[in-house]
Amino acid sequence: MNPTLVLPWLATSTGAAAEPVVGTVAPVFDLLIPLVLIAPLIGFAVTALIGRRLGKQAHWIPVGLVVVSWAIAMVVCFTALTGGFGEEGHRVLLYEWIPAGGFSIDAAFVVDNLTAVLLIVVTTIGMLVHVYSIGYMAHDPGYWRFFAYLNLFMFSMLLLVLADNWLVVFAGWELVGLSSYLLIGFWYRKRSAVLASKKAFIVNRVGDVGFALGIMAIWVNTGTLDIRESLRLLVEQGDANTIPLFATALLVFAGAMGKSAQFPLHVWLPDAMEGPTPVSALIHAATMVNAGVYLVARANPLFAAAPSALVIVAAIGIFTAILAASIAMTQTDIKRVLAYSTLSQLGYMFAALGTGAFTAAIFHLMTHGFFKGLLFLGSGSVIHAVHEEQDMRRMGGLASKIPHTYRTMLIGTIAISGIPPLAGFFSKDEILGEAFKLGFPWVWFIGLVVAIMTAFYMFRLIGLTFWGESRVDPHVEPRIHESPRVMTIPLWLLAIPSILLGIALSWPGPPLGPLFGSTEPGLLHHWLEPVFHGAVEQLHHAESEYQLFGIDGALIGASVAVAAIGGVLAWRLFGVQLGPFRRQGRPEEVKALTARAPFLYRASLNKWWFDEVNDLLFIRIGGRIAAGLWWFDRVIVDGTVNGIGALTRRSGRGLSRVQTGRVQNYALGIALGLLVMAGSYLLLAGR
Amino acid sequence: MSDSLNAYLILAGILFAIGTFGFLARRNAISMLMSIELMLNAVNLSIIAFGSFVEGLATDGSVIAIMVMAVAAAEATVGLAIVMAIYRNRRTPLVDEYDAMSQ
Repeated sequence: MNPTLVLPWLATSTGAAAEPVVGTVAPVFDLLIPLVLIAPLIGFAVTALIGRRLGKQAHWIPVGLVVVSWAIAMVVCFTALTGGFGEEGHRVLLYEWIPAGGFSIDAAFVVDNLTAVLLIVVTTIGMLVHVYSIGYMAHDPGYWRFFAYLNLFMFSMLLLVLADNWLVVFAGWELVGLSSYLLIGFWYRKRSAVLASKKAFIVNRVGDVGFALGIMAIWVNTGTLDIRESLRLLVEQGDANTIPLFATALLVFAGAMGKSAQFPLHVWLPDAMEGPTPVSALIHAATMVNAGVYLVARANPLFAAAPSALVIVAAIGIFTAILAASIAMTQTDIKRVLAYSTLSQLGYMFAALGTGAFTAAIFHLMTHGFFKGLLFLGSGSVIHAVHEEQDMRRMGGLASKIPHTYRTMLIGTIAISGIPPLAGFFSKDEILGEAFKLGFPWVWFIGLVVAIMTAFYMFRLIGLTFWGESRVDPHVEPRIHESPRVMTIPLWLLAIPSILLGIALSWPGPPLGPLFGSTEPGLLHHWLEPVFHGAVEQLHHAESEYQLFGIDGALIGASVAVAAIGGVLAWRLFGVQLGPFRRQGRPEEVKALTARAPFLYRASLNKWWFDEVNDLLFIRIGGRIAAGLWWFDRVIVDGTVNGIGALTRRSGRGLSRVQTGRVQNYALGIALGLLVMAGSYLLLAGR
Repeated sequence: MSDSLNAYLILAGILFAIGTFGFLARRNAISMLMSIELMLNAVNLSIIAFGSFVEGLATDGSVIAIMVMAVAAAEATVGLAIVMAIYRNRRTPLVDEYDAMSQ
């Protein structure tokens, strides 16, 4: 480590963060940046070792350290996003991890604007979920274990976004997979949870194989695993790469598909809801599943150089979006609706990446992280209130009983439905608008359909849960209670960005900026421009003039209209109690509708039979093939080897009778041999 | 003394055959050693015969014969020593009871 790091605080920390000078970075950051992820690592180690003894006080160390990590991350992000680290970002070298001649892997971190944006999402939501868990997990016997795992997850995720080397990214990648596995199977006495954790791990492994191969392909092509260096070389070499860019990009994308649960590797995410609800919020909605989006965004030059791979990304993304949305419309488990909604929103992000609208994808990643984290934590609060009931058919009329949860979840719902001026509208509208303008009208059209469905299933959720008549178990009914403050405060803290983040990040750019005569790009565009401009140029996306009263206005109108249609449809069927709008749900109309399209209804209810198809393909057919191969191995391969052995042994046993151990028998052998030799000599020589 | 080489070689052959038979047929270790001596001496006899009947082999034949005698003496010494050692262990001179080499 750099010796000047030892006491840098007094010397440089005061002025540097406030007045960044481009090109020179205060040495204090060489200490701060590693601290962001070392803090939760310490929390994990300490809690894992002595947490059991701390009992109900076990949350202090991990939560405290995550708050520390958050505070440092905010300082780092502020410096990065105000240009303190320059366009290339700031690199901190810890040590050389694997020195092996020409192959050298550094344990180094880099903070550029993309990383900074991810840091904001990960640390903020992570911190709020930690606080929320103090209340949610209060009565769990595995209290300390839960916080240890959460801290391990924070460390892994931060490692993933901070790493400046593919192999270190991969290490973080696997570690988040591990912590996800541990947390899904947190209630390890519950069989379904254990199965779900295994499923998540195995399905992720399929994608990880692709990612590992992708890293190897990058190494073969460039001879380095440094992210920025390798990307530069990959693009420079173009068609001269040993392994075509198209294949390399798709292999990397395979990893992203696994972690971000894109079709056909999406099957693990809904089952992951078996874990505790804070885990669903943190890992399976707000942060870990974004890793795939981050990966593709990070590798944007590679994808921009292989546009045909990008089209595949867009197609898979938008297909996942509509597939998952169609399933979410009929699920009855509150967390499953949100899980499919997450899949669908991740599909949006990949669609945006695929159309080349990288900034829009990251925009949606941020807003979605907040409002989906909010919705999940809210659903946890609901589940808590009705005593661990997750079936929405046994809820209803909860609005007045748990007002904080209701209000925050309503905010989240409006945000995700894309109704202005909440956050989701800005990011979703940008994705759809960019898709249309960049020449992907099919993505735009399917995206609009998905937007209708999104508003529909979210208001269905709210209608079934909070509005209308109560269908709660009469034994539970009188004991419904609002969650403690330690849970509701994080909800409100997440509700604020769910409302404001869209405006804040798009200001002073479109869509609101032009109203006030601004021609500047939005804040997030400004931040991410250094990261993405190369890729955007490569894709030849001409920056078109923003026309609020032209094409862009029409696109916004379309987005808002479809969101409203979806919402009103849900109101008609499932009721509404919102200010002047009052209406009872109509279960009989729902029944009539499902009876009219029985195939679609059953397909959606059974998740398009993906689990069954996988069961058939991999368990039954794959199992048969494996059994056949096992037979071949056992009978043919082993049989040959064992046969040779048995033959040798048997013939040896037979021949060993010759060895009598008597000298004279041997001597007779010698004499006979001599006679044969002499006789044959005479015969041959006599001829 | 016969003038014919064949006579000596026939004698040597008969002696060698007797030695061989003795080695294969006698069960007493001492007798077998004696049979070996007989075979060696049969060979020696043939060598001496070649030495005196073939031009140019006179000295070589003698030398080889002396060498064979020396080796035979050494072999007899070692052989007797081995037989004595085995006899002390197994209390028998009969070789067909020396069957430790069979399984």
